[in-house]
Amino acid sequence: MATSTDPQADTGQGQGGVRGASRAAIAAPHLRTDRWWLAPAATAAGLLAFIVYSTWRAFANADYYAAPYVSPFYSPCLADNCEPMRGGPNWALFGSWWGLSPALIILIFPLGFRLTCYYYRKAYYRGFWASPPACAVAEPHQQYSGETRFPLVLQNSHRYFFYAALLVASILTYDTALGFRNEDYEWGHMGLGTLVFLVNIVLIWLYTLSCHSCRHIMGGRLKHFSQHPVRYRLWGWVGTLNNRHMLLAWASLISVALADFYVYLLASGAFSDPKLF
Amino acid sequence: MSQVERQQWDVVVVGAGGAGLRAAIEARERGARTAVICKSLFGKAHTVMAEGGIAAAMANVNEGDNWQVHFRDTMRGGKFLNQWRMAELHAREAPDRVWELETWGALFDRTGDGKISQRNFGGHEYPRLAHVGDRTGLELIRTLQQKIVSLQQEDEKELGDYEGRLKIFQECTVTRVLKKEDGSVGGVFCYERESGRFFVLEAPSVVIATGGIGKSFKVTSNSWEYTGDGHALALLAGAPLLNMEFVQFHPTGMIWPPSVKGLLVTESVRGDGGVLRNSEGKRFMFDYVPDVFKEKYAQSEEEGDRWYDDPDNNRRPPELLPRDEVARAINSEVKEGRGSPHGGVFLDVSTRMPADVIRRRLPSMYHQFKELADVDITAEAMEVGPTCHYVMGGVAVDSDTAATVGVPGLFAAGEVAGGMHGSNRLGGNSLSDLLVFGRRAGLHAAEYAAEHPTGDEAQIDAAQIDAAAAEALRPFSAEGPAPGSADGKPPENPYTLHQELQQVMNDLVGIIRRESEMAEALHKLGDLRARARRAGVEGHRQFNPGWHLALDLRNMLLVSECVARAALERTESRGGHTRDDFPAMDRGWRRANLLCHLADTGSDPEAADPLAVDPARGQIRLTRSETEPIRPDLLALFEKEELVKYLAEEELFE
Amino acid sequence: MTTAASTSYDATFKVWRGDTQGGALEDFTVEVHEGEVVLDIIHRLQATQAPDLAVRWNCKAGKCGSCSAEINGRPQLLCMTRMSVFSRDETITVTPLRAFPVVRDLVTDVSFNYAKAREVPSFVPPEGVKPGEYRMWQEDVDRSQEFRKCIECFLCQDTCHVVRDHEENKRAFAGPRFLMRVAELDMHPLDAADEAGLDRKTAAQDEHGLGYCNITKCCTEVCPENIRITDNALIPLKERAVDRKYDPLVWLGNKIRRRGQ
Repeated sequence: MATSTDPQADTGQGQGGVRGASRAAIAAPHLRTDRWWLAPAATAAGLLAFIVYSTWRAFANADYYAAPYVSPFYSPCLADNCEPMRGGPNWALFGSWWGLSPALIILIFPLGFRLTCYYYRKAYYRGFWASPPACAVAEPHQQYSGETRFPLVLQNSHRYFFYAALLVASILTYDTALGFRNEDYEWGHMGLGTLVFLVNIVLIWLYTLSCHSCRHIMGGRLKHFSQHPVRYRLWGWVGTLNNRHMLLAWASLISVALADFYVYLLASGAFSDPKLF
Repeated sequence: MSQVERQQWDVVVVGAGGAGLRAAIEARERGARTAVICKSLFGKAHTVMAEGGIAAAMANVNEGDNWQVHFRDTMRGGKFLNQWRMAELHAREAPDRVWELETWGALFDRTGDGKISQRNFGGHEYPRLAHVGDRTGLELIRTLQQKIVSLQQEDEKELGDYEGRLKIFQECTVTRVLKKEDGSVGGVFCYERESGRFFVLEAPSVVIATGGIGKSFKVTSNSWEYTGDGHALALLAGAPLLNMEFVQFHPTGMIWPPSVKGLLVTESVRGDGGVLRNSEGKRFMFDYVPDVFKEKYAQSEEEGDRWYDDPDNNRRPPELLPRDEVARAINSEVKEGRGSPHGGVFLDVSTRMPADVIRRRLPSMYHQFKELADVDITAEAMEVGPTCHYVMGGVAVDSDTAATVGVPGLFAAGEVAGGMHGSNRLGGNSLSDLLVFGRRAGLHAAEYAAEHPTGDEAQIDAAQIDAAAAEALRPFSAEGPAPGSADGKPPENPYTLHQELQQVMNDLVGIIRRESEMAEALHKLGDLRARARRAGVEGHRQFNPGWHLALDLRNMLLVSECVARAALERTESRGGHTRDDFPAMDRGWRRANLLCHLADTGSDPEAADPLAVDPARGQIRLTRSETEPIRPDLLALFEKEELVKYLAEEELFE
Repeated sequence: MTTAASTSYDATFKVWRGDTQGGALEDFTVEVHEGEVVLDIIHRLQATQAPDLAVRWNCKAGKCGSCSAEINGRPQLLCMTRMSVFSRDETITVTPLRAFPVVRDLVTDVSFNYAKAREVPSFVPPEGVKPGEYRMWQEDVDRSQEFRKCIECFLCQDTCHVVRDHEENKRAFAGPRFLMRVAELDMHPLDAADEAGLDRKTAAQDEHGLGYCNITKCCTEVCPENIRITDNALIPLKERAVDRKYDPLVWLGNKIRRRGQ
C-alpha cells in the first residue's frame, strides 16, 4: 500500500535519471537559471593551467636551481643527474641509471597527495568528469560506481600520501631555511626569493595540515574527546584550518608554481634576485 | 459503496506527534499490534516546532528541585484549574520519560558533570527544561521515530516483516471514529491523501493524539495539521470536551513580515536573558506583575538581572511570568500606543549577550529571523506579539488511564486531551505531557485491547461506513444546489471559508473576550457552517488539498463553536481565558469544568450531519461538572496565604 | 495596508502540474506582497487559481522539512525561499523533487528515504547503564548533535547525483542523510554497537554504499540546516572506513590487540 513507508517497486534499471519514467515528466536535464557552469569551468581552467605549466617544468630538467634556491618541483633531488646544490637537498639515491628529469621521482608524492585530496577530488570530478557538472544538473554518464571500484577505490590511500606530504613539506621547509643564504652560500642573507619561499612553505604547511586525513588522525577517529583533551584541541585547530581547505589548496597550488617560476626566472637569467640584506 | 478495505489491529493511534508515537511504542511493547495514522509524513508532526525543552524535575542543575515543586509550579501556572491528579502524575513521571529517551539515542545538551542540562523557563521555579539548543521538539520526535524504527527492525528479524506489529500509515486522515453496536470503539474510517482511497482500520482501542486547534485562528504558531481533528472525532463519537475556552496565546510570535506573522519566538529567548521593551524603551513587564505572583518576581531591573547568575538570592525577572500574563501585558502596551512599528513590542537579546553566545544558544531563532525577516537578532531587537499557540482544553479523560468519558476503547493524550494544564500551560510542560500521558494512553489502550479482542466477525455495520464515505465525498458533489436548499448558488470555496473562520475567531474569540463579540462569533460560525456544507472542490481525489481542507472545515467549525460557547459561559478571567467584562478571577469558578457535548439531534438523520444543524441552534451543548477536591497531601505543598487566593473558603476548611 | 499595496507586484510563475501519467509546466501570474516566501505564492495559487494544486507543507518555518521542491532548478524549501531573492521580472519555475517518483504536482514519493532509514541499525544502548545514569560530555555529543539538527527534508537525497542520475544505485546507496545517520551513531559516545558485534564503519562501506559518494558536496550546499554533511559526516566516515578496510597498520594493530585480550 502506498501509504506505508515501503518504497514502490523498483521501476527499472538506469532509465535516464531525472528523465526516468517514474520521475516528474520534465524534458530538460536541469532547470537552473544561474551561471552554474562558471564554477566548474573556472576550476577546470585553473587546474588545466597548472597541469600544463607543471608538466612543462617537470620534464624540462633545466633551470631549476639558482643558488641558494631550488625549485620546489625538484626538491629533494634524488638522482645522479641533479645540478649540484651545496647543503642539499640532493641525495643521489637513484644513482646514475636515472636519465629522466629528477622532478619526476619526487613529484609523484605531492601529486598523489593532491590527486587524492578530498577537495581536489570534488574539483576534478565536477570540472573534468562532470560527475556531476554542478548540483542538480544531470550528469552525462550512463553508469556510475563512484569510488567503489578500481581505480577510484585507491582514493582511500589519501592518508599515506598525507604522510609523504609531511616529509616533502619538511624538506621544503629545509629549502626555505637554505634560502637565508646568498648565492655564495653565506648565511644571514635574504632576498625576494626567500620571501617567495617563505610564503610558499607557510601555505604548503597550512594546506597539508588542513587535510581531512590529518583531522581524522589528530582526533577525528576518537569516540570520546573528553578523555583526550590534547588531541581534542588539535582536532579543533585542524578543523578550523580544514574549513578553509579549498582556499588553501588553491593558494598553495599557485604559490608552489610561483616559487618554481621565480627560480626559473633566476636560473634562466631573465631576472636577478633583489637582495634585502 | 461499502467495498472499502478493512484491516484488523489491536490499537490504532491517530496522530504521530510526541504523544502518538510514545503511545504507539508503549502499546507495541505491551504486545499489541499497533497502527499509527498521521496526516503528514512520518516525523513531520507539529512537535518538531517545540523549541525550549522538556520540563522534568531531575534536579541536575539545582538540587532543590523535585516533583512536588514541579507540581506546585504547574498548578500555579494553571491557576488551580488543573486536573490535579494529572498534574501530579505528570510531575512524578516526567524525569523517567526523559531519561528513557536517552536510552533510545537522544542527545540532550549536557551539564559540566555529564548530566542532562536544564534551563530556566517562565513559571518554573528552578532550571528544569531538558533541551537541545532550541530544537528540543525535533530531538524528541526524531528519537521516538528512531525508536519505532528500531522496534520495526526487531520485528523484521523475528517475523520477516517490518510492519508486522507496528505500522505507520503516513499521509492518511481519519474522518470518523467508528463504533460497535454496544457503543464501544470499533475502529476508524480513513482516507489516504495520496490516492484519495478510503479504508477502515478495525481495532478495539483507538488513541487520539492529534494535537491542537490553532488553525482556527488567523495569527497562530500552529501548522496546517492543527485543525482540531481529534477534538471533533471524540465529540462526534460521543466523548465530551473539557474547558475549551482556555486557549493559550504565546506572548512572543513574529509579527513581521506578514507572511510569517504568528511564527513562534521561543520562550528560551527570555529564559536566557532576553527582555521585553516598549516603544519608549521601558521594560514594561515590571508594571504587570499580578498580586498572586508579587512575592515571586523581582521588583527592579537590577534584581532581575542579578537572578540569572544568582537565582538563590534574587527573584526572577517578570519577563518570565507565565505566558498568559506576558501576552496580556503586551496586548495592553500595544493598545495604549506604546507598541513597535508593526504593532508588537521589542524583544531584545542583542544588548544582553555577546553575538556568539546568542548564535550558540539560540541557533534556530537566529536562523529564523535572518532568513525570514532579514533581522540580525545579535544586532537589533525582534518585534514580537501574541500568537495562538496551544489549547489547554480538550477531550475529557480519566487522569490515570487517559480513557475518554463515555466511549469505551477511546483514549486521548497530548494537546488534544484536556485538564492537565488547567487554565494555562507552562512552557516545557507540553513535551513532558506528551511523553507521560502518551505512554499511559498506549499502556491502557493495549490493556483494553487485550481484554476486548476483535472477533472475526465485523462488528461495525456497513451503514456507518457508507455514511462516513458519503460525508467525505460530499465536497465533490457540491456543484449544484444542495438538496433542500435549492437556491442554486455556486459552491463555496473552502479556502475562503477557512480564512473567514480564522478572522472570526481571531477578532471575536481572541486574547481578550467580550460577551457581545462572542455572541456575534457564534452567529457567524452558524452562518459559516451552513456555507461549509456547500464547500465544493475541483479535480479528483488524488492528493487534493482543496478537498482535504473542505473536510477539515467540519472539525474546525465544531471546535470553534466549543471555544466560543464555553468562553461565553465562563464569566471570569483566568489563565488563557480573559474576559473584558469579567476581568477578575472568581474562586467560585475554580472547580467548575465546562463540558462540550454534541447537541442532541433527535431521530432526524439529516440533523445528525454535523454541518446540517440549524445555524441558529448550534451543534454544541454545555454541561458543568466539578473537579474533585485536591488531595490533602498535595494541598499541603502550598502555603495557606497562597491558597486563599485561589480556593473558595469551604475548600480551605475541608 | 498602504505599504502592502505599494510594494506588491505580479510575478510570473511556472509550476509543474501532473502525475505519474505525465505533466507540464503551467504558467501563472500571481500577486506577491512584501516579505513573502515561495510557499506563500503557492498557497495563493491554491486559494485563487488552482484549488487542487498538490503541495506538501507543515510548519512554514523551516523546521519540519516537508515543503522540499526545486525552484529554478535548485532543490530548496519552499518556505525558506524568499521572493526578494528574485528580480521582479524573473520567471520563477517550481517543480517537484526530481530524484524521486512523482505522485502529483509538487508532491513526490519519498518512501525511498524511509526504506533506507530502516536499513541503518539503531542505537545500541550500553549494557548495564540504567536510564538516568547516562553520563556524556558536551564535547562528546557536539558532533552527533550537529547531525541531529537534520529535519529530514531529503533535499540532500534529492540533489545527490548518485541516485538522482542513476536510479539503479538506489538499491546500494543510502544517500547523504542516512550515511550521516551512520556517522551520528558511530560518533555517539555511548553507542555500544562494537560491543554487540556490529561494526558501523565497515557497514558504512559494505552495506550503505559509502564508496558511491564522490564528495562533490552538493548535499552540503543544499542543506537548509547548514549541516556540514560532507566535511563533518561523510569524509570522517570515509576515514573511519579506511581505518577498518584499507589501513594495514590499523588492521595489524587491531589484530594484535585482539590477540592480547
